[in-house]
Amino acid sequence: MKGTEAFQELLPLIKDDEPVVHANGFICRESFALKDREANFYMIGSMGLASSIGLGVSICKPEKKVIIIDGDGNLLMALGTLAMIAAEAPKNLIHVVIDNEVYESTGSQRSLSSRVQLEAIAKSSGYKNTIRVEKKDEIKVAFLKLKELPGPNFLLIKVKPCFEPSTGRVTHTPEEITKRFMQAIG
Amino acid sequence: MVASEISKIGKSFYMLSLTSQSFIKCLIHEGYKFFTGVPCSLLSGLIYELEGQKEARYIPAVREDAAVGLCTGAYLTGTMPVLLMQNSGLGYSLNAFTSLNLIYNIPILVIMSWRGKDGKDAPEHIIMGDIDKKLLQTARMEYSMLNKENCEEVLKKAKKKIYEERLPYILIVEKGLFDERH
Repeated sequence: MKGTEAFQELLPLIKDDEPVVHANGFICRESFALKDREANFYMIGSMGLASSIGLGVSICKPEKKVIIIDGDGNLLMALGTLAMIAAEAPKNLIHVVIDNEVYESTGSQRSLSSRVQLEAIAKSSGYKNTIRVEKKDEIKVAFLKLKELPGPNFLLIKVKPCFEPSTGRVTHTPEEITKRFMQAIG
Repeated sequence: MVASEISKIGKSFYMLSLTSQSFIKCLIHEGYKFFTGVPCSLLSGLIYELEGQKEARYIPAVREDAAVGLCTGAYLTGTMPVLLMQNSGLGYSLNAFTSLNLIYNIPILVIMSWRGKDGKDAPEHIIMGDIDKKLLQTARMEYSMLNKENCEEVLKKAKKKIYEERLPYILIVEKGLFDERH
């Protein structure tokens, strides 16, 4: 499955008012190109921090399902944050990782996730439910199940690296991203 | 409670001698109820006070940049965050400030301890103790030295920066300002 296909499956399963925090790089750009939403927080820099930003949102907005869309490189940079998420244990948090095993937006240098099972790290950290999927048609069932079950929950989606470099960058300014995200999630 | 009463209570706390207890009470009265950070012995009294508060919560962070992320998430929901850290954490968090908070206009009140003051400290603190203020200036991040007398004034400055410009503000804490818990 291509990264784009994973997003095509995933994004329609997210309701308009559900906050989504995106990791930088191709995660932001793919999601923005496919379906821009007001409740999307596009983190364009600060690699590794999508997970802690999502944790902050989920702690302060317990009534909403909060989704983090992370990448393998981002996750590996902030493994300690998995422990923070597990310790705080927000029931409303779903941590999705699109794992292409490379740093794709910088030229596809390899990451460690071809040799390290990220979902096993999440599980041993203390996430309540973790699922690993490798096929496109498994995403919907897995994601909806994790949305139902009390979290924090973790979905690892294995994809092939095939990011199209011509995919545009997020065109909103950082300040606009903050403003509209805050308005959208109220 | 009306605003003038809150400010009166706030004032009475400022006028009492500054302690970990009075400072945390002040921050809570000022509306700061979400705290996170990585400990420093100079801030241990403050964290001890926070752990006993019903109106505020302290969430331990594993690294200072993750604490910046956590604060950012809290702010995005309309909750004003406070980050407690040692100046060594400035190194870890500088990229988070420059590529997230400073460009997205996401404020945080940062309470940073000053280890390595005047070159008198353990070796690992000496360089950062010398350059931390210069780093803040270079990153154009505003700060004040907190002392026994200026609490009201510096919190007012911080409030202006945070609410009007929506940018982080740093309060620097020297050894001896607050009690230490060991």
